[in-house]
Amino acid sequence: MTAIGARLFGDASIWGNFLSHPQGFLLITVTDLRKVYRQGDRDVVALDGVTLRVPKGSVHGIIGHSGAGKSTLVRCLTLLDRPTSGSVSIGDRELSSVSDAELRRARRRIGMVFQHANLLDSRTTAQNVAFPLELVGTPKQEAARKVAELLKLVGLDRFADAYPSQLSGGQRQRVGIARALATDPDVLLCDEPTSALDPATTEEILDLIKALRDRLGLTVLIITHEMHVVKRACDSVSLLEAGRIVESGRLADVVASPGGRLSMALLPLPGEAPEVLPGGPVLDLLYSGDAAAMPVISGIARRFDTDVNVLAGSVEHLGEAQFAHLRIQLPSSADLAAITAHLTANGIAVTTKEA
Amino acid sequence: MDILNDLFSNPGITKALPTAFAETLQMVGISGVFVVLIGLPLGVILHTTAPGGLTPAPWVNAVLGGIIVNITRSVPYAILMVSLIPLTRMLVGTSIGPVAASVSLTIGTVPFFARLVETSLREVDFGKIDAALVMGSTRLQVVRKVLLAEAMPGLVAALTTTLVTLVGFSAMAGLIGGGGLGRLAYNYGYQRFDTTVMLTTIVIMVVLVQLIQFVGDRVSRRVDHR
Repeated sequence: MTAIGARLFGDASIWGNFLSHPQGFLLITVTDLRKVYRQGDRDVVALDGVTLRVPKGSVHGIIGHSGAGKSTLVRCLTLLDRPTSGSVSIGDRELSSVSDAELRRARRRIGMVFQHANLLDSRTTAQNVAFPLELVGTPKQEAARKVAELLKLVGLDRFADAYPSQLSGGQRQRVGIARALATDPDVLLCDEPTSALDPATTEEILDLIKALRDRLGLTVLIITHEMHVVKRACDSVSLLEAGRIVESGRLADVVASPGGRLSMALLPLPGEAPEVLPGGPVLDLLYSGDAAAMPVISGIARRFDTDVNVLAGSVEHLGEAQFAHLRIQLPSSADLAAITAHLTANGIAVTTKEA
Repeated sequence: MDILNDLFSNPGITKALPTAFAETLQMVGISGVFVVLIGLPLGVILHTTAPGGLTPAPWVNAVLGGIIVNITRSVPYAILMVSLIPLTRMLVGTSIGPVAASVSLTIGTVPFFARLVETSLREVDFGKIDAALVMGSTRLQVVRKVLLAEAMPGLVAALTTTLVTLVGFSAMAGLIGGGGLGRLAYNYGYQRFDTTVMLTTIVIMVVLVQLIQFVGDRVSRRVDHR
């Protein structure tokens, strides 16, 4: 387990603690989850064996187009729909086989944030946040104290008596997040949390989610169709397609795997990057971290005394690290083998487009 | 002004009208309470047992909605109240008077109110119900704290419409011994050609309905935070 964890998730500091405690390491474990719907007289496979491991304290993104099975996955994770087969567990508690009463208790360990916040319009901000506490009969004073604390945490203490209709989309989502945190959950499950928000508000909400993870030690699962959300907020990511996870791993690792679908999506070459041009070999360079900080292009030019033509490129900060994806063309006279070897030796993934 | 004089000297108005008005209020009040007590749970059950509802139960839904509610609603009230006389005798010991009339008024109006309740509940976004379930609500908590609370403006409007309907039905019930303004208008206005009583009754009915509608709208707006 530890070895796999280290390989998948690297050894960044937040993972370190948990690697040494293999027992409490994985918080969300989904194993071979299948969901088959009966539609008329034919079966529709919405989830086709989804397996997912999310370590405690991480922000994991699940990205997929509409129809990939995202909504079904969320409904199965919270047991709003019973999976056809497979298991879901949070911590060491298996959810898919428990009784209704136990399920209700287990659900209180999951805080859920919805695309449209799903606040109750008949309640004020404070009453909405108090809702989960009311369900378990928390004494009024204690609930009021907790609600005040949560509203302060999400920066809405001045809006305690406002109704949802008086709040902006971003504020409503903050209320939704405060409400999700009311029962001190271990997991924050976010279903398209920013898809209904404008770009600036999206940033705010994602920053808030990350800050809460750091402060409360939450494990966060974000389901989204926006690559931007993954770039901005996630430590690791899974690509969901036709009910299957087709790629998965730490952000730094999936970005750095050349030819990968997530890599292409996370670091796309801008515009209509020409695949092949007459004149010389075209190289795709993918590099990260320390390598991204090096003057790669001028380095090649000096060392091999050649011209380098940059056709397209993108450079991005993802999480803590910098990543670059460049498409360059060399003159036909250039020593392709030597240059490729030199780049590879420096930790740069090279894909040659024309031999 | 003959009519003005008549207004203060006509025994149909000075003696009979106050009693009749009280009887109408009594009929509307008693049946209103029972319609809510029976119709609200019925409407909730119709909603929750529907396909895709909180506790889908096709058979219960079909029996309650398809058979009981629809059949009762398809019998015109004038016929229903006459056919219910034996049941009324059994329940309250008499078929005469406002209390007796309330039996058929209740039975005739419950299905109407239940359907209105069901429609109001249908307006509550399923996302809110899912959210409550994910937070660990029991089904009863979902009904009380989400469905009914969120549908409150619609429920108040439904009650308003139902009370107005009850005022109209109560006038009809008056004809077969229920008393109230309906009987007053019939006995004096129709049988004795007493135009003053007839007009006064109409004015009172109009004012009563306006008042119910006005208060209902105010309350509905007060509880609406959408």
